[in-house]
Amino acid sequence: MRFELTHIARWVPQGARVLDLACGDGRLLRHLMDHRGVTGYGLENDPEQISQCLARDINVIEKELVRDLDEYPTNSFDMVIMTQALQVMRYPDIILEEMLRVGRECIVTFPNFGQLRARTYLAWRGRMPVTRSLPFEWYDTPNIHLCTVADFEAHCRERSYRALNQQMLAEHPLYRLGKGLLPNLFTETAVYHLTRNSRT
Amino acid sequence: MAQLPADSVGLVTPQRATIDKPLALSCGQVLDSYELVYETYGELNAARDNAVLICHALSGHHHAAGYHTGVEGEKLGWWDSCIGPGKAIDTNKFFVVVPNNIGGCHGSTGPRTVNPNTGRVWGPDFPPLRFRDWVNSQAQLADLLGIEVWAAVIGGSLGGMQAMRWSLEYPERVRHCLLIATAMNLTPQNIAFNELARRAITSDPNFADGWFLEKGVAPVKGLALARMIGHVTYISQHQMEERFGRELHEGTFERGTNSPIRFEIESYLNYKGDRFAEEFDANTYLLITRMLDVYDLAREYDHDAVKAFSHARARFLVVSFTTDWRFSPERSQQIVNALVGAGRDVSYANIDSQLGHDAFLAPIPRYVDTLRQYLGNIPVGGAA
Repeated sequence: MRFELTHIARWVPQGARVLDLACGDGRLLRHLMDHRGVTGYGLENDPEQISQCLARDINVIEKELVRDLDEYPTNSFDMVIMTQALQVMRYPDIILEEMLRVGRECIVTFPNFGQLRARTYLAWRGRMPVTRSLPFEWYDTPNIHLCTVADFEAHCRERSYRALNQQMLAEHPLYRLGKGLLPNLFTETAVYHLTRNSRT
Repeated sequence: MAQLPADSVGLVTPQRATIDKPLALSCGQVLDSYELVYETYGELNAARDNAVLICHALSGHHHAAGYHTGVEGEKLGWWDSCIGPGKAIDTNKFFVVVPNNIGGCHGSTGPRTVNPNTGRVWGPDFPPLRFRDWVNSQAQLADLLGIEVWAAVIGGSLGGMQAMRWSLEYPERVRHCLLIATAMNLTPQNIAFNELARRAITSDPNFADGWFLEKGVAPVKGLALARMIGHVTYISQHQMEERFGRELHEGTFERGTNSPIRFEIESYLNYKGDRFAEEFDANTYLLITRMLDVYDLAREYDHDAVKAFSHARARFLVVSFTTDWRFSPERSQQIVNALVGAGRDVSYANIDSQLGHDAFLAPIPRYVDTLRQYLGNIPVGGAA
């Protein structure tokens, strides 16, 4: 998380109005408030996390993200962010669409299921991958819609989302070397800064 | 005298403020002077920035915490679970003020007090009020106590509607606004229940068109029924099942017997109704339920809640309870959405509880913790 944070912060304009979906313990929003002077709200449904948000003195709104963000008008935020939660959404495609309706831009991060370790795990062991960025067993994983970097990019092309920025992250030194050349193979966490393509 | 717990505000004495400034009411009438009974807990600090106003609900009053006598078995203040040294509303930090609303029946000027113009008890002649009249009277009390700005205005249910009104009427005087199990107006269903309650009261022959005090009678049957109707809406179906089920209070289903059957839920409701009727005033009940029906936060802002809240300056905490069907979570979410639309700071928690609307008075751990954390972040003592 700390890793992604610095990248995300660079892309959030000073003083932006931000909506942070599945904001967790509120660390990101607090960071953006302190360092980018943003205002905004975090949405979260876990009471434990909400409590931590309150302790951080950020605006946190209890909400279960199901499919739409109906209560928020179009373009009512400068930036809508969702870190490490796309893969747990029941309707990730609709949520993404909604993020780019409510916000002028969005930032989304997700674990890359195409990473080498996940591939070899399945290929050689014949078992569902359990890695640093995918630490769950098959039976207890909240990740119901995992994708690879290549899947995500194909989806963006299909929907005409344009990447303003992107950052492929990996902690493993070998991966860090390889991710520039073969991002889909060596990225552990993908970070995308998106907007809708020119609205004609 | 019993040993009082260390986290209690202890023995408290209600105070009485006579306010000689005229209060122009929404209905056009003017109260030349009026009295407010109130309690305070904690101390106003030197910066005068640690005062918290608690707005009570329909059946509430100024006695929110601590003891009046300290005698074993005494009924505690109605929100003692949350107000006290080290409690969620920490009296080591805050100066807590709890007035009884005008129009009420616990000592403040209302239907039970004497109309100075006639020398008669006000009774049914007490002017119809709006929430802003309460707010204005409390602002005058704040002036009297030397409180320019409230660190927080807190209210549940009807008290939350009042707190919201505060944030719009005196935006510069409210730093934080805590809205618990409340709504920006009543639903037709809410109004329907209120009308049932009013009809119950006015149908009681002892109501005497509201002059029961002068006639030396009391519409206790009507008032009890009104409260019973209300009470059904304050608890959830689940809570009724859990607490009463189909248990019998008296009688038996055995064949060959003919004893009268009385379910636990009946017994409970009757008990609650009767107790309430002993201490509450029928005219106050009519007055306040009517105020509730008429209340509409955004009416004067083109019925646009976003526009209404764009006048507020406070930061907000909104809390609802999952099984509350009198003021459902959806109603709280409407408040939250309007506040977000208006760009106001707001946090919102929907507390899991089986207690229905009554949950807002219960010491539910997550609820109390939410209040504690939110209030803990409010700076006082001149700190930035």
